[in-house]
This record gives sequence, structure tokens and C-alpha cells, in this order.
Amino acid sequence: MHKFEYASPTTKEQAVALLGKSWGETEALAGGTDLLSLLKDYLVTPKRVVNLKGIKELSSVLTPRDGSARIGALASIEAVRDLGRGFAALSQAAAGITSPQIRNMGTVGGDLCQRPRCWYFRSGFGLLAKDESGNALVPNGDNRYHAILGNDGEAKFVNPSSLAPAFIALNAKIKIFGPAGEREVEAAKFFVTPKSASEREYALQPNEIVTMIHVPSTLGVRSATYEVRQREVLDWPLAAASVALTLDASKKVKTARIVLGHVAPVPWVAEEAAQSLIGKTISEDAAAEAGRLAVANAHALSRNAYKIQLASVAVKRAILQAVS
Amino acid sequence: MAEYKWPEEGKRQHLGKRISRLDGPVKVSGKAKYSYDINRPGMLFGKILRSPHAHAKVVSIDISAAEKMPGVKAVKIINGPGFEIQWAGQELVALAAVDEPTAEDALRAIKVQYEKLPHLVNEADLSKVPASNLRPASTNATGDVAKAFQEADVVVEGFYGNDVITHCCLESHGLVTEWTDSNNVMIHPSTQSVSTVHNDLARELKLPAGNIHTHMDHIGGGFGSKFQIDLWGIEMTKVSQMAGGKPVKYFLDRDAEVMIAGSRPSAYAKVKVAAKKDGTITAWESDAWGSGGMGNIGSPPYPYVWTRIPNIKTKFQAVNTNVGPQRAWRAPNHPQAALITMGALEDLAAELKMDPLEFFLKNIELTGVRANTYRDELLKAAEMIEWKKNWRQRGEGGPGSTKTVKRGLGLSIHTWGGQPHNSDCDVIINPDGSVEVKMGTQDLGVGTRTALAIVAAESLGLPLNAIKVTIGDNRLPVSGASGGSTTIGGISSSTRRGSIDALNTLFEKVAPAMNTTPDKLEAVGGKIQVIGDATKSLTWKQACAKLGTQPITARGKQPGKEQLASAGVGGVQMADVSVDIETGIVKMNKFVAVQDCGLIIDLKTAESQVFGAMIMGVTYSLYEEKVMDDQTGRMLNANMEFYRLAGLRDIGEFQVHMMTGKGYDERGPIGLGEPPTNSPGAAIANAVANAIGVRVSTLPLTPDRVLAALAKKGGKG
Ligand SMILES: Cc1cc2nc3c(=O)[nH]c(=O)nc-3n(C[C@H](O)[C@H](O)[C@H](O)COP(=O)(O)OP(=O)(O)OC[C@H]3O[C@@H](n4cnc5c(N)ncnc54)[C@H](O)[C@@H]3O)c2cc1C
Repeated sequence: MHKFEYASPTTKEQAVALLGKSWGETEALAGGTDLLSLLKDYLVTPKRVVNLKGIKELSSVLTPRDGSARIGALASIEAVRDLGRGFAALSQAAAGITSPQIRNMGTVGGDLCQRPRCWYFRSGFGLLAKDESGNALVPNGDNRYHAILGNDGEAKFVNPSSLAPAFIALNAKIKIFGPAGEREVEAAKFFVTPKSASEREYALQPNEIVTMIHVPSTLGVRSATYEVRQREVLDWPLAAASVALTLDASKKVKTARIVLGHVAPVPWVAEEAAQSLIGKTISEDAAAEAGRLAVANAHALSRNAYKIQLASVAVKRAILQAVS
Repeated sequence: MAEYKWPEEGKRQHLGKRISRLDGPVKVSGKAKYSYDINRPGMLFGKILRSPHAHAKVVSIDISAAEKMPGVKAVKIINGPGFEIQWAGQELVALAAVDEPTAEDALRAIKVQYEKLPHLVNEADLSKVPASNLRPASTNATGDVAKAFQEADVVVEGFYGNDVITHCCLESHGLVTEWTDSNNVMIHPSTQSVSTVHNDLARELKLPAGNIHTHMDHIGGGFGSKFQIDLWGIEMTKVSQMAGGKPVKYFLDRDAEVMIAGSRPSAYAKVKVAAKKDGTITAWESDAWGSGGMGNIGSPPYPYVWTRIPNIKTKFQAVNTNVGPQRAWRAPNHPQAALITMGALEDLAAELKMDPLEFFLKNIELTGVRANTYRDELLKAAEMIEWKKNWRQRGEGGPGSTKTVKRGLGLSIHTWGGQPHNSDCDVIINPDGSVEVKMGTQDLGVGTRTALAIVAAESLGLPLNAIKVTIGDNRLPVSGASGGSTTIGGISSSTRRGSIDALNTLFEKVAPAMNTTPDKLEAVGGKIQVIGDATKSLTWKQACAKLGTQPITARGKQPGKEQLASAGVGGVQMADVSVDIETGIVKMNKFVAVQDCGLIIDLKTAESQVFGAMIMGVTYSLYEEKVMDDQTGRMLNANMEFYRLAGLRDIGEFQVHMMTGKGYDERGPIGLGEPPTNSPGAAIANAVANAIGVRVSTLPLTPDRVLAALAKKGGKG
């Protein structure tokens, strides 16, 4: 681990002032469950680490009666596991991180900003996984866990966040604080596919931090997350889907959001699949059809065709789970 | 006089009872000190620079910058310019620094130039293996295979395989090493051989063997990978010397642990088997290969257990790969041989539309000398898993199956040797009545300490807490390495002999005072008494007080007079699984094991051995795989995130039954560490084939492979 300066501010203003203007210069520290591995593996080598945990206002979780939620970026993953019925997609995604240690140490902001688990990236071949002669390693390599959607560019890793698809399905907004003050982006727009290894996978400036996630009213929302995981013990989903539905009086779908996780460089919003549900009563067939549509544009790499099937099944099962 | 032979059933006070391991409390409370936990004053931290390339020549190494870094105390080149690296992770430079981060930073300051050479890291597809990587084939034949296949009613051909897995010890390999003066070295290694691990180090350092002191109280896993001092043990001791003899702590990082500190060879085979219409097996032919890295490996025994199939033809070829070298992994070659043999036979039974249990029973004489044991065990296991009630023809799906989740049952049988190793043991009876057992053995977590106390207490007619056991040090009487399931037979035999000799000496001392002769005495219930006459007795303490100041020390040996232990066991395992045919995910419902191991010293730790083997078995069947990247030659999952091990909720329900009593007990104790690891892969793979109606050829049974097999079959569940 390279030596770095450690700063522990107590306000968000101090924090952003301590963060650098370009990526890599400084790193924000929340629960540290990812950042520490990145530091120890020399994947990030900041000159300064800015600990956010001293900023007490960022760890609250508020759930007013209107069914909305304001979740501080430093709230633990465990805290969102306990949210009520309308937030089922979110709490199920949190529960899917089956390690109590990670759920208690890891924060919601950290879950959204954690770096990809692509094994070439984590072995030191860079975010876009290239060897020393610049050859891309993923296309001809072992890409069994890589992207099946949105993988036509150089980025072929999958976004690792399990909470992100749930937040997007629930139409959440992400509050960001920087030197210029506060701004807000839709959760769906927070994630970006980097075009170079020095970019990040989210729409933050290097000196901005996530402060809060605002989930609008979930009254009447039926939501669910279904993950295909090999093991019950802590394990990355091979594919996952979060859905949020509202139904009319005759149980027909009024609105639908379907978001896939762990299958693309960003959480993948399956617009067409969601549309296919509108006006329908949820049935096994309708859910399966949405599952098929969700992966209609999927493109397998050499070793991950099976993930197309898994993603499709995850969508089907999440929909059925949401209405059960 | 007391005799060596084991007491009969009914006369046993501790033997064969369910006794909790004596070191359980210190382990679960965190008080137990593993070598990894040893910290010494002024201790330095060692690190090793490893090659990132799988095959390369070292052109140059520049350590000057690292040497100059503050806090770095010694830097030593292990393999310098000209050295040909044969696998990623091979050792180049060792160093020690005042703390771990400094040592890690120092590694990064070392400049190495490599000349890269072509590598091979995967061998499952033999057609892609260059001829230069193939080692000479070995072949074997009995009977007339060609004729047998011609005359057979049913012939089945298949491909079966098992990728390389690693030992993945939770306590990684390593040691704390220091020079206590210019001629003496003290090591705290993590080792399976306390009494011999220092020998190579002594030779390398040109020190008399007696000048190296080894001590280890607890070990966090070895599984066959921790017999040697290892290159890092030698180099770190040299680094310690360069640093003025200061203690150096070096334990492998997790990535190195799974990359280079031991792997189980892969095994792949094309198999052809034949039977008559009535299910009689007539022929076996296999064309097998596998790799354990660079160097030769022996063929797994094909066909496994079914050695009396009348017509057999086998071929085996080892493949050289640029992968961290193999080490013995619990019952070397047997798990792979079981998977491939039992898989092919279960496919044959399915083709015959026979219940594999019936099929195995019908042919059981083809297993040879242990046929009766297997028959009894098969029937017992079938009862435990309710085979008759739950088994269905392949692909029909067992009871409880749904449209998407299919249930299946599978079985396997296995064998192992487990003969006793050589062992010396000192049994000391002190004048105050306390008893010590001292032995240079190690407790791999399996209950060796507990077994020693049980044998001594049983032999001396004392409660367990009367015995103080001291092990884990090479200054104690030498006992063998814990490998090959040889420990229980060795240590219990020598302890029995030592205890009985010590007791007879005590009888000689006290007989005159009791107005009798030694041959009339026995030790029962904490007393020395005239045989059959409890009125003429001394308490143990009173008896020992007659020793004066000199304790009795008796050296028990294995081998020695009378055979107290033997070798050769059989076991049966049956698995009940559910497979989600939409996701390819396999879940364990229930897993049963029936096992014999001769005379059981401690029923509880014996059962625990089998449970442990079953957990490891589920893990290697469903999850474990050393993923090697063709392009970079590196292991991609050198961590515990994608090198998956089962968690508690992944293993399902386990049941173990130990075969005991007549026919088993009189054989004496037989090693148990390895046999129950042999069948899980086969039983689980067979259960999956039974559930989904198609064979998934290769372990681990991951979703991609299960779905691919289903797709090949046509998607029908
Ligand atoms: C074996 C394993 C399995 C896992 N499985 C899953 C899984 O299935 N699903 C899943 O979602 N996660 C999984 N995780 C990841 C885990 O959830 C994350 O490590 C955790 O959420 C990160 O949170 P943290 O607070 O510890 O972040 P840190 O490690 O402190 O930070 C992570 C990154 O986010 C940045 N960051 C943190 N907070 C902020 C903020 N407020 N503003 C701006 N940037 C910030 C940091 O600078 C850093 O780059 C797994 C982890 C492991 C080790």
C-alpha cells in the first residue's frame, strides 16, 4: 500500500475541499470494504484518503409517511434491508449481500460507487482490461462473468452494485455534493460506461460525493429483486433483476420498471420489457415474455452465453415475486 | 499384567464414545495460537516477489532501490538472471522489512526484466495441447477388451473430468523463523510434520538437525500440502540471518496460497464401459490425462474400486502445464478416479434402465476383498437416504420435482489404505499421580490430542482430565507426518504400548505393598486393584506415591509388539440434490456417508472427520476451480471471492454412519482423514445426472455447465 495522507473531515464542505480535481489523486472512504482491497492491490494509489464517516448527517435513514425514503450515503447496507414493504426490491437486494460483516460495514453510497469486480481489472490490467501491448483481454479471455448487454464498447465488465438496479427501478434520485453545492441526478443517469481506463463508472466529478438517495413515494408500488446466485454464502449474483410495478383496480399493470444487474457495465434498464407488461395481468407467460424481451438485444461473449438465460429468468422471477 | 491388545466392547471406558475434542474451547474462544498468530519482539515481515509470467526467463533483477528503502532490513535474490520461470507466482526475491506495507512497497521497487516464453495453462482440451507438453503415456491391459465390447449387449461411452482445484488452507503456508544465536534456529511453521519439517532446513543451512527447534500448537488446514519446509521457509530463515537473526514472519498472501501452495491435479478421461443385458459389467476402457503443473503425475487408479472387471484397458498421459505445482490433496488421485469411474458406471446403469443401487449390488464381487463391507454399507446408506422411496429413473425427476426444479439421487463407493505411521511416544507417570503423554505429532484439527488422551486414559483406567498431552514440538519423541491417513493408527498404537508398559512398571512397584504380584493387578476406575477383587486396592494417587521421587517414563513405539492397527477401508456415499433447470444451480438436499475405519477411538471426532470431508466434497463438486487465463497465464480467481467455497447454508443436511462392532473393531484403528473425501464428486455428479437426465461431464457443476448440458440434451428437463 502506498503511503497516503489520511483526512477525517466532519462536514461535507470540508470533505469536498479535501478531494482532488482529477481521479486517482484522492479517494473517498466510506465503509472501506472495497476501497481497502483496491488500496492493498495497488489498483488505486491516492495521495490522500478522505474519510467520510465523520460527517454524521450522512448516515440517517428517514421514511416519512408518504412512503418515500431519504437514505444517507453513509447508511449501512443493513439499514436498507429493514425498510418496509414498498421497498421490497431494495431490501431484497440488500439481503442478497449475505455477509453480515459487509452489510454492516458497507454503506449505501459505497455500494453505488464500488469498483467493478472484473478479474482482469482486479489483477492490474486496468479498467478496460488490456495487456501491456494494448490487446483487450476480455473478448478472447475468460469472460464467464462479463457483460452480455451494453458490451459493444471497450468496457465489458459488469456493474457490481446490487442496490443500484433496485434504486433505479424505484425511480430514485441521487443527491451529490461538490464545491459548487448540491445537485441531483436520476439514479438511472448516475451510472456511465467509461471510454477510457482513467474514467469512472459513475457521473461524479472527482471532488464530488454522494450524500443521499431519495426514493419517491412507494405507496402502491410492488417491487422485488431476484438474484441468480450460485451460493447462499456471500456470492456475486451471476445475473439479477429488480422490478417495480403499480397495478390498477383490476390488477392490470399501470406502470412498470425493470432493471437488470450484473449483466452490463451499467445497471441495465429494460424499457421494452417493462412496456410489454403495461395493461396486462401478471401471469407466468407475461413475465416470461418480459424476460425474453429484456435480453432480446443481448450479445454473448465467447464464454458467457449462459448469462443471457439467467438474466431472462431473473426478470421473469422478479416480476412474479413482485406480485406474489 | 496389562496387555497391549485393545479392550473388548463392554470393557471400554472411553474408546469409541462420543467425546468432544479437548482443544475445542481454546479454538472457539480464540485463545488457541496458530503459527500465524505468533508475534515475536522485534519481528520483521517477510515478502516474496513472484513472477507475473507463467513462462519466462529472468533477464535481470535490480534490487538496489528496495535495499535502500528505510525499514527494509534484508533483500535476497532467490532466482536470478538466467532462471527459467515455469509458472506465474514462482519465487524471485525474498525480503524483510519492519512492517508489511513497507515490505510490500519494497517489492514494488524491485525491477525485473523478463523474456517471455510461450505457456500452456489449460489442458482439458487435449487437442489443443502441444506435443511437447505431453509426457509419455502409460498403458495397462487385462483380458480381451476388444472381444468383450464386441460381445456386450450394452456399451456406453462418455467424457468425464475434474478441473484443478487448490488446497486453499484457511491458515496459509508459512512460518515465523529466527536465529536464537549464531548456531540455533527456532521456527514456528504451519506444518503437517512437526518432527521432520526441520530436516531440509538443517541440510540447507548446514546446521546439525538438533540446532533447529520447531514448535507448532495448532494448524489451520493442510490437506496434504504442508509436509515440507518449502522454499520460503528456507529463504526466510536466510533472510533472518542477513537481518542479524531477527524473527521474520512470512505467511503467504491469499493469492499466493491458491496460486502456488498446492493444487490437486486435473483428471479427464474418455471412458467406454460394457455390460450384459442382465447388468453384469464386462469391460472397461479409458483414455485419461491430467496435469499437476510441471512434472510427472501418476495415473489415478482406473477403474476405481471395480478392479475385478474382467476386461480392462487403460491409458494415461500427464500433461506439463505452466501452473503452480500439485501437492498431495486428501487421498491423491482417488476423488478424481471415483468421479470418472462411478460416473461411467452410473451412465451404464442408466442405459440399462437399472437402478444404480441394484446395479452396484449385482456386481459387487467385482470390487474384490471388501465386497461384503460395500454391500452392508450400500444397504445402510440406502436406508438413510430412503433410496427406494426417492430414486426415479434418470430424467424422470425424484419426488417433489417441479417444472423447473428437478430432484435426483446419486451414489458412489470408495476405498483407502490408512496404515499406521511410525510413532514414538513417552508416557510418564509422576509420583503425584499426574500422567503426561508426550509426542512429536501434530493435531491437524482432527482430534489427535483428544485421541492421545483417550488411549492413555483408557489404558490406565483414568478419567480423561487426568492426562496431560504435549505435542507439536520436535524435541518430543518423533512421530510421523500426518499424511496418508496414517496418524490415528500410529499414535494410538505407540500410546497404547507406552501406557501399558508404564502401567506394568507401576504394578511392579506397588505389588509388594499390596501383598501380591504384578500379574494379579489391574487399573480400573482410578484404582489399582487385585484383578476381580475391589477390596484389595489402592487409589491411583496412593499407588503413584510409592514411586518415591522418580517418575515412570515408558517409550511406546509403533511398529511394536502385536499388531494394534491395520489398513484398508471402504465407504459409501449417497447424495440427494435439486437442480434448477432454468438457472443450472445445484442445491444439496441431503448427503449421507457410511464409513468404516476399524476400531473407533473417538466416535465424535471420527464423525466430524467425515462431515469435514463431505463439506470439502460439496465444495469441490459444485464450486472449486482454479481458473487459469490462456492469454496471461495467470490464475484469475486467486482470492476467496471467485475461488468459491461452500458456506453452511450451501451444504444441505448431512448424515454419517460409522460401521463399528464385530468385523470392524478387531482390526484396530485405521486412518479416516482421506477416504470420505473420495466419493462426494461422484455421488453428487451422479445425482445431478439422475435429476436432469443428462451428464454434466466436468466438475465443478457450475450453472454454465449444467445449462450447456441441458441445451445439448435439447432443453428437455
Ligand atoms: C466477496 C464480496 C462479495 C460481495 N457481494 C456483493 C453483492 O453481491 N452485491 C453488492 O452490491 N455488493 C457486494 N459486495 C460489495 C460490497 O457491497 C461493497 O464493498 C460495499 O458496498 C462498499 O461500501 P463501502 O462503504 O465499504 O465502500 P468503500 O470501500 O469505502 O468505498 C467504495 C468506493 O466508493 C467510493 N465511495 C464510497 N462512498 C462514497 C460517497 N458517499 N461518495 C462518493 N464516493 C464514495 C470510494 O471512494 C470507493 O471508490 C461484495 C463484496 C465482497 C468483498
